[in-house]
Amino acid sequence: MAGIYVHIPFCRKACHYCDFHFSTSRDRQREMINAICRELVLQQDYLAQEPVHTLYFGGGTPSLLTADELHILLDTIRANYALQADAEITLEANPDDLSENTLSVLRQAGVNRLSIGVQSFSDAILESLNRNHDARQAVDAVRRSRAAGFTNVSIDLMYAIPDLSMALWEETITTAIALGPDHISAYTLTIEPRTYFGHLASKGTLIETDEETAAAQMERLADLLAAAGFEQYEVSNFAKPGFESRHNRAYWEHQHYLGVGPGAHSYNGVTRQWNISNNPLYIKAIRKGRVPFESETLQRADHINEYLLTSLRTSRGCDLERLRLDYAFDLRADRMTYLENLRNLGLATLHESTLQLTRKGRLLADKIAADLFVSPTEG
Amino acid sequence: MENIRNFCIIAHIDHGKSTLADRLLEYTGTLSEREMQDQVLDNMDLEREKGITIKAHAIQMNYRRDDQTYILNLIDTPGHVDFSYEVSRAIAACEGALLIVDASQGIEAQTISNLYLALEHDLEIIPVMNKIDLPHANPDAVADQIVDLIGCKREDIIAASAKEAIGIREILDAVVDRIPPPKGDPNAPLQAMIFDSVYNSFRGVEVYFRVFNGTIRARDVVQFVATRRVYDADEIGILKLQQQPVNEISAGNVGYLISGIKVASEVKVGDTITHVDRPGEPIKGFENVKPMVFAGIYPVDTSEFEELRASMEKLQLNDASLVWEPETSAALGFGFRCGFLGMLHMEIIQERLEREFGMTVITTVPSVQFRAVMTDGSVRLINAPSEMPDPTRVDHIEEPFILAQIITKSEYIGPIMGLCMDKRGILKNQHYLTTDRVELSFEMPLSEVVFDFFDKLKTISRGYASLDYHLIGFRESDMVKLDVMLNGDRVDALSAIVHRSKAYDWGRKLCEKLKDLIPRQMFEIAIQAAIGQKVIARETVKALRKNVLAKCYGGDISRKRKLLEKQKKGKKRMRQVGNVEIPQEAFMAVLKID
Repeated sequence: MAGIYVHIPFCRKACHYCDFHFSTSRDRQREMINAICRELVLQQDYLAQEPVHTLYFGGGTPSLLTADELHILLDTIRANYALQADAEITLEANPDDLSENTLSVLRQAGVNRLSIGVQSFSDAILESLNRNHDARQAVDAVRRSRAAGFTNVSIDLMYAIPDLSMALWEETITTAIALGPDHISAYTLTIEPRTYFGHLASKGTLIETDEETAAAQMERLADLLAAAGFEQYEVSNFAKPGFESRHNRAYWEHQHYLGVGPGAHSYNGVTRQWNISNNPLYIKAIRKGRVPFESETLQRADHINEYLLTSLRTSRGCDLERLRLDYAFDLRADRMTYLENLRNLGLATLHESTLQLTRKGRLLADKIAADLFVSPTEG
Repeated sequence: MENIRNFCIIAHIDHGKSTLADRLLEYTGTLSEREMQDQVLDNMDLEREKGITIKAHAIQMNYRRDDQTYILNLIDTPGHVDFSYEVSRAIAACEGALLIVDASQGIEAQTISNLYLALEHDLEIIPVMNKIDLPHANPDAVADQIVDLIGCKREDIIAASAKEAIGIREILDAVVDRIPPPKGDPNAPLQAMIFDSVYNSFRGVEVYFRVFNGTIRARDVVQFVATRRVYDADEIGILKLQQQPVNEISAGNVGYLISGIKVASEVKVGDTITHVDRPGEPIKGFENVKPMVFAGIYPVDTSEFEELRASMEKLQLNDASLVWEPETSAALGFGFRCGFLGMLHMEIIQERLEREFGMTVITTVPSVQFRAVMTDGSVRLINAPSEMPDPTRVDHIEEPFILAQIITKSEYIGPIMGLCMDKRGILKNQHYLTTDRVELSFEMPLSEVVFDFFDKLKTISRGYASLDYHLIGFRESDMVKLDVMLNGDRVDALSAIVHRSKAYDWGRKLCEKLKDLIPRQMFEIAIQAAIGQKVIARETVKALRKNVLAKCYGGDISRKRKLLEKQKKGKKRMRQVGNVEIPQEAFMAVLKID
């Protein structure tokens, strides 16, 4: 069981917070798509012909793809990989791109899950983030998607943004619920160094939202969504029953995936590798028949720590038996006092061999994972 | 003996003692300019950096004048109050002293106290006004101070500049003409006083001594009176730039002895060397040097305890004044309770452990030695807060007091008085040396001086204040043990013994400081300061609320793992007390309380 991620490294304009790899110069978009197709051919053995259950177009802005480009990509994937008939095929889209026409192209191509970058229903907030759409367009995009027959629609929201009051955040959430998406991803604004916000923060003109406010907004979100029938199946992801993102779930369960396109990451169980994050250099290398990537081989401690890090973020939790059988790491024996402490503080529960963080604990997932980390020398 | 002169130099730091010593060596041909490394007498790295002479040394010069050759033994003296006993023994080995005063700075407290020591020992004082070449020199006013202080004539003061080699010959002539030759009987029973020792890792301890009576010969069997130990004098000699073995050293002269002594603590400064078969009387003035400041030293990495022990043992080989014994702390694990001569000595030991032995250590709150007089009349010595007995069985506590002499410019009297009063000082005397230089004498508790007194004094006087002090005995004081609790668990390494009048202030500031230093954890941390069961201050470190990144997808996993692993590594230096993680700096926080 495996997944494929296709990175589409173009955007109409740069959002103030985003540090993903993209370019706003789209002259070479077609060249890039050809290169990605070539990479798909070059990498065809990476997944050893495992059945591919999920395909994900991320970016950048995949909704910028033309019908033609989308078809070439999908044809190449079908020709070279064991893409399953019932595969989850997700495409990230910006509301301003989702015209009726585009939506029908996507449907016809086989995209069966949309992840719409709504972020907010407040024009002021959207403008402060430098998004390319307004609140009206966001609402329309979701409604049009439904009308076009998409039965699996997710929206992205963002909080802990300067000037986002609790009242405005609640309004955002209720608007989102009223639109009836099947899935919501909600992210706290993270100020990254090489972004416009990062620049403002270093000058002191942008102040990161304090921890207490961010935590309170996160808790409010979880409350309101739970009441509306969503399960928080990961720190930032909420789904109606049966609508969890299968593709993302696979990342957290350490299944194999191939990432193609500049900056994309791949994992085959032994190594992680990542393509160069530079469009011209990527195209140049691919043209010479070479995939430009760096890689690292994971050691036992790396495997354990990555599993702790990702699994503790999810509602399924961390399977201690898996750690013991796969990596000979007996967390229960080695970290007994710490686990006891977590339970006493109401941060985690331990049922049989599953360690799950409570809602309060999930807010501290990184700290708890790091506390449980093993060092390379540890037995 | 008629041609021997034994002398030392009394000077404040930076008044030019080392440079002057260099010039004397150069002028007498004891070493050529080529051989000369600047400031030969200070040869420890640390001394050079701190600009002070930590360990005394001695050197012999030959000065030819007319048809006579004079043997001049220059005995160097340490320049810090922590080493005042060693200074007193160096002075006792001399008949004269050069009093060096900076022509631009005037007399400082340390100079005065050493001068008094020299006068007590009837030394002939030769006043030298140094740095007369400096543009801001003020020779007239400084000469007035000197005349006032030692009652000499103005024309007795030699004007010099060690840097420019001015007045060097006049100084040497004065040493010969004004300092009396030593007295003593070379045929009497041997009496030689140890004034210093140096550890040499190849040859064992080198003992420096001055012979008062009798003659010591190579291969003699000698005894050190205080330690009662007997040695063979394997090698004796005189101290040129290099050691020069000789067959005998007689009354009046200075030399070294090597007899395979492995441990510095067997050699006590002030002890008397005599012959086993014809013993002389012990020389007066010997004291066992007592530590004044105590603190715990712990390895940062608890697994390095044995390594630390080995390092301390090696340090003790060449630092007899360092004393220690094993100690256990619930917070810090296994370590050592150490006694130091003073705060400088403590800093030096800490630095030497780090530099010479590569150890990283935590030093706990320094404390002086208190005495608990129990209800049954017995007396207990308290070197650590943990040794404080149950208050119900204590009649009263006594603490060591000092007499502190501070010399400053008159414009700083106000702030200095304020500082000393704040440190529970009692003004005993105020004496104007000149119209704008004043000497203040305070009686103060030693415990108030060991922390940050000297730094504060320097700050409020912009460096224009010098300090000297000596112990004047124990006095009853209302001392209490102040404990710190984290979530109800007492942290022994943070306890301190403080005066009751200061306990509230201390407790509040310490709690505030700890609040800044202890990182937020998954639960709330109550920081409390308490006297016995009574909590007198409290601060809270709020629980961590949110520590999770928003996104964790395919491209984020390994980057994030590395980020967290790196953060975790940085935390390794934390100590766990109960559930609470405490960073190293917290244990030193006490030192930084205002």
